[in-house]
This record gives sequence, structure tokens and C-alpha cells, in this order.
Amino acid sequence: MIEANLPILPIVVLLLGALMVPTFGMRNRAAAHPISLGMLGLFVIAAFGLFQKVMDDGIQHYRLGGWEPPVGIEFVVDLLSAFMLLIIAAIAVLVCVYARVAVRKEMPTKEVPFYGVMFIMLLGLSGMVLTGDLFNLYVFFEVSSLGGYALMAVGHRKAPVSAFRYLILGTLGASFYLLGVGYLYVLTGSLNMADVASLMPELVGNPALLLSITLMLGGLGLKMALFPMHLWLPDAYSYASSTATAIIAPVMTKVSAYVLLRILFFVYDQNLVHDILPIDGVILWLGLAGVTVGSIMAIAQKDAKRMLAYSSVSQVAYIAVGIGLANRWALVAAMLHVLNHAAMKCCLFLITGGVFQQTGSTRISAYTSLGRKMPWTFAAFAVAALSMVGVPPTNGFFSKWYLVLGAIDAGQWVVVAIVIASGLLTGVYFFRMIARIFTNPEAGAPVQEGARELPLSQLAPILVLAMALLVLGLFNSWIVNNVLLQALPPALQLGS
Amino acid sequence: MIRRDESVIIDVVTRAMVPIIQIFAFYVIFHGHYSPGGGFQGGALLAGSVLLQRVVFGRDRSQGGFPSRLGIPFGILGVFIYSGTGLWAQLSGGNFLQYDALPLGFDAAMLRNTGILLVEIGVGFAVMGILISIFDDLVEGGLRR
Amino acid sequence: MIQRLFDVVVGHWPYAFTVVLLVIGLYGMLLKGNLIKKLIGMNIFQGAIILAYVVFAYKKDGTVPVIMFDEHHHAIEQASRYMNPIPHGLMLTAIVVGVATTGVGLALLILIHRTYGTLEEDELMERLRRDD
Repeated sequence: MIEANLPILPIVVLLLGALMVPTFGMRNRAAAHPISLGMLGLFVIAAFGLFQKVMDDGIQHYRLGGWEPPVGIEFVVDLLSAFMLLIIAAIAVLVCVYARVAVRKEMPTKEVPFYGVMFIMLLGLSGMVLTGDLFNLYVFFEVSSLGGYALMAVGHRKAPVSAFRYLILGTLGASFYLLGVGYLYVLTGSLNMADVASLMPELVGNPALLLSITLMLGGLGLKMALFPMHLWLPDAYSYASSTATAIIAPVMTKVSAYVLLRILFFVYDQNLVHDILPIDGVILWLGLAGVTVGSIMAIAQKDAKRMLAYSSVSQVAYIAVGIGLANRWALVAAMLHVLNHAAMKCCLFLITGGVFQQTGSTRISAYTSLGRKMPWTFAAFAVAALSMVGVPPTNGFFSKWYLVLGAIDAGQWVVVAIVIASGLLTGVYFFRMIARIFTNPEAGAPVQEGARELPLSQLAPILVLAMALLVLGLFNSWIVNNVLLQALPPALQLGS
Repeated sequence: MIRRDESVIIDVVTRAMVPIIQIFAFYVIFHGHYSPGGGFQGGALLAGSVLLQRVVFGRDRSQGGFPSRLGIPFGILGVFIYSGTGLWAQLSGGNFLQYDALPLGFDAAMLRNTGILLVEIGVGFAVMGILISIFDDLVEGGLRR
Repeated sequence: MIQRLFDVVVGHWPYAFTVVLLVIGLYGMLLKGNLIKKLIGMNIFQGAIILAYVVFAYKKDGTVPVIMFDEHHHAIEQASRYMNPIPHGLMLTAIVVGVATTGVGLALLILIHRTYGTLEEDELMERLRRDD
């Protein structure tokens, strides 16, 4: 029975977790964290089991309520969905381990609501990757967004303002997506992704179809922080609490990018759209602009979290470039970069959170000579920085490599140039930080007093992620061959 | 707004209206699956009946109608009923929320009827609890903690 | 050409009204200087989308999607006599999502007011700048 119901198991586990945390946490505040960790452990096991099942048996379908699609809502789990779910689960459990000390230090009175809302956000994200129905995706989209707004609202003094701005813009994006789904429903009479895809060839050239895809692109671009709609991201990430940023930054924008990928390639046929409206060209050039602007703005920042936020803008733009190029290696690069960037950014944000707890500041100037006091932390930072720049054998190199391969296949040499140039720009701001961190303190210059190495529960996830960066880099060919190449849309599969 | 210097008329009329609103709210919940209505609408009406008391009688005097500390527990109870029905269906051999797998002795159509009714009641409680707790938090800075 | 424009707008006047509401909502969300007005603009915007879906569901001479019985007590089962109930059902969910978002937005506004004492955007920006 567990086997047959495996697709819904992650959702059920997260829902039960979201209910149990406030129920037990209202009596005893200390019970919130162990319950969260336990339920997230179950979530990881469920996600892993689902991934294994999809690798063995192919695409899993699960009909909610027993109703047949296209009448009913179904969950369709293919390799891409299972892959994304595994990423979400791994990040969630690592951040939860880190959160034990971090949340208690930063917001002790709000510990129970924090874990409850975190479960709701994870529920929304998991539902988004598992579902096969367009409207169900909107519902889970909004659930995850609401969780995100609430998580981001606590932290710095300015956090509510940036969370409010994110609320307004995020709802705008989701509403555009909803209107796009409405037009698709009017044209095809169905909300099921596979059904709409099968009806798509008859609708070529219909103006309502173009409107629908434009609205969806606008909405998803807003949530994905595609240039020029990225303006909410730096404020939101830098003013949120360190744990909230660590769990939102690696996954939220990537799941929106996943939705864009799913809709462009699995619902709309890429060729159909490309002939009439150059959607992929638009995404490509906006992505390139995002890469450039993100990297340049990151160099100009004086605050570490803000620098990493702009860096996130440019990394998500890489994924957009991969989607925009729309050939086999570019899509593989985009999917691999989702995994790589999630690991890299999670590690980096956990490190900045740890430094914030030890020194009380997130400004780059506070990192001076800190390498001596927190050696393990900054060893991990160095690995993550090398990965962001794209130095082999860390995993960051490989996703850029596949992207360049895809660009060469498509003959877009400008893309190759920009990808390489942005790698150099990334190097500027990261190596500048590394130099500052590892310099020996000048005689008499004050080094942060009271800063010492992080406690184990905070250090362990950071080290695990740093090692994962190396492992993922060394094993990337296994991932690409066995997972990502099978996960491509049918039109782009090898041998088709 | 929360002072008791208003007229007797508002007092008496409110006291008469609240049970009528609540009965109508239950009517809306129970008729949701084959006519306009349903869990959310009925829950909002139930919340409305309590909020009317909050507005007219003031926070302290209306605690007897619905204490503020029960807002979130009702919300959690509602979601438990909803997901419990779904899980019960799943543990009885169907898919999640597949009502005709529930082990009550009716035929399939009646089972679906009962299943959706349970779900609507759960949703009604959840919506009522949450709307009341939102109001209590937003007005006068909140009661708890 | 004017005749064609007239046909499109007046012939499809519910859609034109949807567009008007959408633009009013966008104007409120983006250009108004008070945070509560932005939230109200967001509500109007969502209302416009809900209206669009309800207009999609309309059929000429259609009635409420509750089964009618004719004079011989047989159920009338032709789908063309009833309006499409699916968009209505979808919009119930969308309304709930809107209410939840408004709730979260109002809670954030209370937090902002408690920290900064104002909800006017220009004053708020000034106080934020002074915070740095």
C-alpha cells in the first residue's frame, strides 16, 4: 500500500508535520524542533523512495480521490519531478539541523510558528513539483508563497517592508499565471497538463494561446527573479533571518524555474511557440542581462548577504539562459545547475548566518581575518566560492560546461562569451572576500572578539554541503547520464 | 469601537441575530456539495457571527461566545478532520481523498456524499478558527503572548 | 476601423470590464503611495481575474448549474442549458487564496506600523534610509 501511494506520501508527511508542530509546540516549545526534524527525516525517506521508484519503474501517476484524469487531479512524477523533490528534501533537512541553534538565538519567542510555517512552505513547493494539473499548481504555488512571505517577515528591522514588497509582486506574478491558465482552459477545456499538451497542435496561431503563454511567462518570470523583475530579491534575502534565507534562497526561485521548464517543454511544444513568438529568445536575452547585471551589482555590495542575493539573481539567470537556448545540453545544464546552485547557495547562506550569530554583523568588513577563528567554516566557504566561480572539479564547473556546450550547439557565441565573462566577475567578488577572510590581522587591528568556531549542529550541515559540492562534481557524469538525460522532454531525448 | 455605551437596540438585535446567522451558516456548509455553498462560505459566516459579537459587545464580554485562545486550535482541528478523512480513505485501500473507499456501509454515491460532507465540516471549522484568530490579532494588538 | 473597435469592446463588454478592473488594480498596486492602498489594489486585481474566469463560464441562456427538472419530472441533462461550473469551483479556491494573502499582508502592515510608525510610502522610505 505504501508503494502504490508513494507519490502522495511526501505531501501527507509534510501536512502532518505542519499540524503536529503547532499542536505539540503550543504546550512545550522545546518539542517543536525534534518533531520537525523527525517529520523532515520521514520526508527525505519518502522523497528518496519515490526517486528510486521512478528510476526503476518510469513515470508514476497518482489519481487524487480516485477520479480519472482529465476529470480528476493527478500527480505525475517523472524523473525531473523526483529529482527536484529530492533536492528540496535534502536542503530542508540540512537547514533544519542548522536551525536548532540559529532560530533559538535569532527569534526565540517565534520558534514554534517558524517551524510550522516552514512546513507549509515545503508543502507548497513539494506539491508544485509533483502535480500534473495546472490549477493545482497555482494552489500549491500560492501556498508556498504565503509560507515564504511569513518566513521572510521576521529578522532584521526592515524585514516586514521587504516581505510586503515581495507579497505584492509575488501575488502579481501568481495572478498572471492564473490568468494564463484561464485562457488555456478556455481553449482546451482541460486543466490536465498531458491533456492540454495533446490538444496543443490544433491551436497553433491562436491569439489566445499567445496571450496565455505571455501571461504565464510574465508571472513565472516575476517569481523566478528574471531580469528586470528581480528587484524584490536583494532586499527580501538580505533582511530575512539567516535560517529563512537559507531555506528559501536555494529552492524557491528554482522551483519557479522548474515550472517554467515544465510548461514550455511539456505543455507547450517548444517548436510551436518558437515559430510564432520568440519566447525562447526573450528568455535567453533576459537571462543574459540578468547574469551580467547580477554579477556587476554583486561586486558593488558591502553587505555579504546582499552580495549573495545579487549572485543568486545571476545564477537563476543562468538557468533561464539554459531554458532559452532550448537544446539538449542547455536543458541538462539548467537542471544540473538547479542542483548545484541549491547546494552552493545553501552552504553560503548558512555560513553567513553563522558569522552573523558569532559577530552580530553581516557586513563584509566584519569578515576580516575571520579565517583564523573559524577555520572549518571558512574552509567550506572557500570550496563553495570555488564552486560558484566554476573551478573544476567542483560541481559549479560542470553546469557551466554543459551550458557552454549547449550554446556552441546553438551557435550562440555571445552566450559563450557572457558565461565565461560572468565567471570571471563572480571570481572578483568571491576572491576579494576570500582574500579579506584569510589575511593575517595587522598588528593592533581589532579582530572580532568573541567569534569562535560554530557549534556542531550548525557546522555539520555546512561541512556536509561543502563535501557534497565536491562529490556532486566528481559524480556529475552519473547524474547527467542516468537522471538528467532521461528527464528531458520527449522531443529532445537522445535518439529521438 | 469596543465600548459599551451604545443603545439597547443594537444589543438585543445582535443577540437575536447571532443564532440565526449560525444556523444559516450550518445550512450553507451542509448544502455545499450540490448547491451553492460549502465549507469556506459557511465557515466565513460562522466567523462572522462571532466577529459581530466582538464588534458589538467588546472583546472581553464576547469571550463567552468564542474564547480567543480557541482560534488556532479550531483551525488545526479543522485541518485534522480534512486530512484525517483523506488518510482514512487511503488507509482503507483507496487513493488519498477517495471517498468511495471509506469503510462505511453505503453505496458509492452516498459514500462520496458523506466524505465530502466531512471534508466541508473540517474546512468550515478551519476557516472559522483562522478568521477569528486573524481578527483577534489585528485588532488592539492581540490578546495572546 | 472604429466600427470594428466598437464591435470588439461593446460586443465583449464583460471582458472589457475585466480589463478595466485589472488596470485599476495594477494602478493601485504599483502607483499609490500608501501601503494599505497597495493591498486594496491587489484585491481589486485578484477580483478582476476572478471575474474573468466567471465570464469564461457563461453560456447564452444558461442557468445556475443545479439540475433542473422539467414538467414531467425528468432531469434536464443537456450541458448547454447550464453554465460551466468548473471555473466557479476554481474561483472559490482563488478567493480563499486571496483572503489568506490579504490576511498575511495585513499582519505585515501591522508589523511595519509597529516598527516605523507610518504606512505612507514616502515617509517609510525616509525612515528606512535613516535606519542605515
